[in-house]
Amino acid sequence: MTTAVVRGLSPTRTVLAGGAVVIVQETSMTPAVTINASVLAGGAYEPAPLPGLAFLTGRVLDRGTAHRSAAVIAEELDDRGVALRVTTARHTMAVSCSCLSEDFDEVLSIVLDVVRNPLFPEAEVAKRRAECLTTLRQDYDNPAMRAVETLLELLYGEIHPYGRRAKGTIESVERITRSNLTAYHAARFRPPLLSLVIVGDVTTAQATERAAIELEDWTGDPVQDPAVPPPLQAAERRKRVVAIPGKSQADIAYGFAAIKRLDSRYYAYYVMNNILGQFGLGGRLADNIRERQGMAYYAYSALDPSVGQGPLIIRAGVDPDNVERALATIDHEVGTLGAEGPTADELAQSKQYLIGSIPRMLETNAGIASFLQTEEQFGLGLDYDQRLPRHLHAVTLEEVRAAAADVLHPERAAVALAGP
Amino acid sequence: MRPVQVAATSPTRFDTLQNGMRVLVHEVHTAPLVSVWCWYRVGSRDETPGRTGASHWVEHMNFKGTRNIPREQMKGLVERFGGMWNGYTWIDQTTYLETAGRDALDQLLFLEAERMANGLYEPEEFEAERTVIISELQGGENDPDQLLDQEVTATAFRAHPYRHPTIGWLPDLRSMTRDELYGHYRRFYVPNNATLVVAGDVDADDVLRRVDRMFGPIAAAPELTRLSIVEPPQLGERRVLVERPGATAYLKMAWHAPAAADPDFFPMLVLDAVLTGAKGMNLWTSFRNPAPQRKSRLYTGLVERSLASSVSGALVPTAEPFLYAISLTAMQGISLPALEAAALEQIETLREGGVSDEEAARARRQLRARFVFENDSVTNIAHQLGYFDTVTGPGFFPELQHMVDRVTSEQVSDVARRRLSSVSRTVGWFRPLENRA
Repeated sequence: MTTAVVRGLSPTRTVLAGGAVVIVQETSMTPAVTINASVLAGGAYEPAPLPGLAFLTGRVLDRGTAHRSAAVIAEELDDRGVALRVTTARHTMAVSCSCLSEDFDEVLSIVLDVVRNPLFPEAEVAKRRAECLTTLRQDYDNPAMRAVETLLELLYGEIHPYGRRAKGTIESVERITRSNLTAYHAARFRPPLLSLVIVGDVTTAQATERAAIELEDWTGDPVQDPAVPPPLQAAERRKRVVAIPGKSQADIAYGFAAIKRLDSRYYAYYVMNNILGQFGLGGRLADNIRERQGMAYYAYSALDPSVGQGPLIIRAGVDPDNVERALATIDHEVGTLGAEGPTADELAQSKQYLIGSIPRMLETNAGIASFLQTEEQFGLGLDYDQRLPRHLHAVTLEEVRAAAADVLHPERAAVALAGP
Repeated sequence: MRPVQVAATSPTRFDTLQNGMRVLVHEVHTAPLVSVWCWYRVGSRDETPGRTGASHWVEHMNFKGTRNIPREQMKGLVERFGGMWNGYTWIDQTTYLETAGRDALDQLLFLEAERMANGLYEPEEFEAERTVIISELQGGENDPDQLLDQEVTATAFRAHPYRHPTIGWLPDLRSMTRDELYGHYRRFYVPNNATLVVAGDVDADDVLRRVDRMFGPIAAAPELTRLSIVEPPQLGERRVLVERPGATAYLKMAWHAPAAADPDFFPMLVLDAVLTGAKGMNLWTSFRNPAPQRKSRLYTGLVERSLASSVSGALVPTAEPFLYAISLTAMQGISLPALEAAALEQIETLREGGVSDEEAARARRQLRARFVFENDSVTNIAHQLGYFDTVTGPGFFPELQHMVDRVTSEQVSDVARRRLSSVSRTVGWFRPLENRA
């Protein structure tokens, strides 16, 4: 029997005495809870001369605290089947995991201990630094990674927080010391910069209360961050080729600096990107490059609006002999959408898809947690899942045309190629 | 310890249509969604030399037009309901999936019925897809670990078709004809070789009626004659060396593994969790979620000692005996011989000393948690129901937790001794030809 289902989220938001925010959403699909503790401590805030500092901090963060050694943390988590993830993005560093409901109190205690009290033991710093260096060497050999990194450098410059390499360079990572990590932690890990999202089979009262107890005596002042600098001015096309011998396929990264997340044109850009390189198997780009020309397994675009002007990136992997033909096709699709905008049918289809996909986006605990973190980071409001369909519905053909005309100019594109 | 339900849902309904198609329906009323998966018991193990990659190519063609859905109308069919669609092909199975708003149910069933009965395989679409698939293959070759995996698998098997890569060998992809591919499609993508799974905010009786209406008229095909090839016992260690320009060295070790229905399978699953941390059993999600592994034998013995920067293990439920593989990335400055010696020392220590009750208990707890995590959406529940129906037959999936709970440390020690021997081992090295870093 189909039963009535409560639709939409109903999260609660509590600001603790120290300034940390706790957001809880109860769900009942499985006897499990997702915990996501996000701190404004991403790579954008590391000192420019030490690229990779935030990333390495994230790698060592959960390797021993004032209360638990690395071995004890490993044992307490492994015994419960919990894999802790520390994800370092441009603006945030998130400590996240899923656990069984019955383990919630203990696992939350470990997560917040890791956030508050890491010791960064010297031996752990050395080990994780060596792992980061191996990862960097793997990245240097990865055409997809190299193409995107090179594109971001072209768009923003090597010093800009969005242009420098998130994992740093071999030279910079070798220079980072334990005292750099402890100083970075002290500067960024403060209650007013923490948003803790808890989603799952736990009561709001229990989750909020446990979080308040764990964070009770934690203090620290807010931080005033400078604005993210603008991207490089782009009057003309820029292109850079990275040779990686021995590879079978060439990777293309093609793009523009786009908009901030809180830009009033955000929804128009969102829909425009869907039409260009998302809808179906990859929008107009995949229709042409993959479906009509059979040139690539993947061709798509991705919009990443952020605190500053994030990029719009077009990606494709092609046979090295087809690089120029693929670039000409991207130029054509970008130029056409930029000059003419989408059709009314395309706009209607994309809006219908994007609105219809919201329940799917909010089905799992991890999906809800990620949505609530974005909501909190950008101050979108606790009822944002209810308002999002209206925002999308209101987007007009003129607004999408204007967004496309604003950004989609092949003559101003940055182009990075990596491959044999 | 209180028992854990896989998901807060009702039992699964089973039915078999007159034409032999199996149907599984599982009601889940936590979100207004429905997930439809159409599974076929065909994969690369059903392919003969010269025709490798056919099943995967069929998967690609089924995103093209059918008699009643022109290609240009394919796009938008699922998206209209906010849905996602995808498919995958592996050694035992091919599947197509859609998850969308529950109102999409009829459209999704129609799409799958069309794919089963009315694929067009237009010659120009077939040719365009040839280069797309070759591009997919080349993209995979850019990853040294994936390349090594292909070579190790091909070396470990002499006779069994599990040795072919699912994507196919490049010369076969270049020579396959449209009629060969269409013949493969007509032979295997038939109702009596299919299982349809529907999970979500639906009424099971209503779904069964709709499925019968949509798929009932599709005629059954003659009973399939399948390849029946038994891999002969391996007589000694096999080795393969891949040398290419690169920056990092990779090591892979594989042993012949039990099929999912073999009594050794669950002790092996616990053994893998002891060695590298529990991944769970959901092929669709497990590779996206890291395993809890910091107390595992190979993590503490190799990563914590700075010999490897990462370690992973893979034991996947398969219809016939496949491989248990351990993959390692060498730390900069650590040679492949040194890493291999250290890894084998860990394996031999475990084989000689066995695993402790505590280790086995931790591994079982990890697997229990993973079973809960990997059933967190209608998409994942439908995947698990269809995967096990296709690979092991009915009745297996609901028993997973009990099978794991019953595994003892003695059984784990026993399979380690018998199954991780050097005779059954294939070792692969990826040696970078130069260091450009």
